[in-house]
Amino acid sequence: MTIHIGVLALQGAVEEHIRSLRRIGAEAVPVKRVEQLGELHGLVIPGGESTTIGKLMRKYGFIEAIRRFAADGKPIFGTCAGLIVLAKRIEGGEEPHLGLMDMTVVRNAFGRQRESFETDLEVAGIDRPIRAVFIRAPLIKEVGPGVEVLSVYRGEIVAARQGRLLACSFHPELTDDSALHAYFVAMAEEAAASGSGAK
Amino acid sequence: METGTTRVKRGMAEMQKGGVIMDVMNAEQARIAEAAGAVAVMALERVPADIRAAGGVARMADPALIEEIMKAVSIPVMAKARIGHYVEAKVLEAIGVDYIDESEVLTPADEVYHIDKHQFTVPFVCGAKDLGEALRRIQEGASMIRTKGEPGTGNIVEAVRHMRLIMSQIRKVQNMSKDELYNEAKVLGVPYDLLLYVHENGKLPVVNFAAGGVATPADAALMMHLGADGVFVGSGIFKSENPEKYARAIVEATTHYEDYDLIARVSRNLGAPMRGIEISQLTGFDRMQDRSV
Repeated sequence: MTIHIGVLALQGAVEEHIRSLRRIGAEAVPVKRVEQLGELHGLVIPGGESTTIGKLMRKYGFIEAIRRFAADGKPIFGTCAGLIVLAKRIEGGEEPHLGLMDMTVVRNAFGRQRESFETDLEVAGIDRPIRAVFIRAPLIKEVGPGVEVLSVYRGEIVAARQGRLLACSFHPELTDDSALHAYFVAMAEEAAASGSGAK
Repeated sequence: METGTTRVKRGMAEMQKGGVIMDVMNAEQARIAEAAGAVAVMALERVPADIRAAGGVARMADPALIEEIMKAVSIPVMAKARIGHYVEAKVLEAIGVDYIDESEVLTPADEVYHIDKHQFTVPFVCGAKDLGEALRRIQEGASMIRTKGEPGTGNIVEAVRHMRLIMSQIRKVQNMSKDELYNEAKVLGVPYDLLLYVHENGKLPVVNFAAGGVATPADAALMMHLGADGVFVGSGIFKSENPEKYARAIVEATTHYEDYDLIARVSRNLGAPMRGIEISQLTGFDRMQDRSV
């Protein structure tokens, strides 16, 4: 069965996620309208500016629609800005957006652009280190009891999973390694097989 | 752990795709831009329309002004250095701006050489009128390209000319044979390996935004339709009658550039856009796009 993954295409690095997903045989489409969600087995919320993406999500009814998507048991993968959008708590007073993952995130936690970096990173569930690109990246300051920490960089949580929600601080879509995308597609396959997938 | 790699610098621009970068002159305007959904702001003492009106030498902005804007918003802050002004750029990097625009909007400091942008951790955006210019800037280390257009005019015609030319040159290069590519590199005055990348991938190796004359939501959508990855709006927002409404409308039109009902809706009752200048009235040094090649 072919897995259909949508990439939220309001703003940000949409094409890069689509390329990473297609490389491992998944169908991937940009999502600009809420009606498209029904056809999907999973959704990626890409990197970009979280303030911009959050604002546009509100304007076009994506907040409620994606919460329903998650409540139907369909997987969501947030990278960088996508991680911020998924979080229940954002430090510094910014209103949470989807508020789905039980974690507190800090925006621009590693500093400004000149402090942005790339590094090799161990991620639980992936059998080898992956190249992780951190761009004005957020970090996860604390997680609730239902959240599994998947990766830690210099003492800070940079990837986590809560049931069918997956989030990371860095940009797996900027490298040629689709390992984390494959991990997410496997989550979508499992969800689809258990009956919460698309038609 | 490595900072300032090509991937980190180009990746930063990739995160801006589908977004609008707005010129702002103070902290209050920066907050308006952020609230409207800008993906970044360009910190300036004067927008291009005012630079034209003021005349004289236009330089890097006062670091205090840039820092005030950096404190006011959480989105990335860009700032402009004069073409070839290595030290202005190093000062901007020291301040901690997120992106430097080596810009023809300011008075050039060097008539021959651009800044060697490989010597910086912070990424650069540079203007281009055609494929040759774009690839030369990338060779010098630019991590993002924007059309030059004609800044501060509110007239989209030059940005359209530049985007159309770059896109048609890319399509032409895509269909060339190897021997034609060798010659084309010579004709365009660009390195062969960058031209080969364009040939194989059908695009520039970095993000390509539109800039220089965007004044309305429909202008922004037109540039996206022509293949831009995103849009810079200089004078178009804070020289319009209602900056908040213009800013929000241009953000929405950029995201949904193919949804004409939506563009119609956001364009209703916006008030007057910036006044604008007919291009044929500009000659010599007033044509900012001619300030570098």
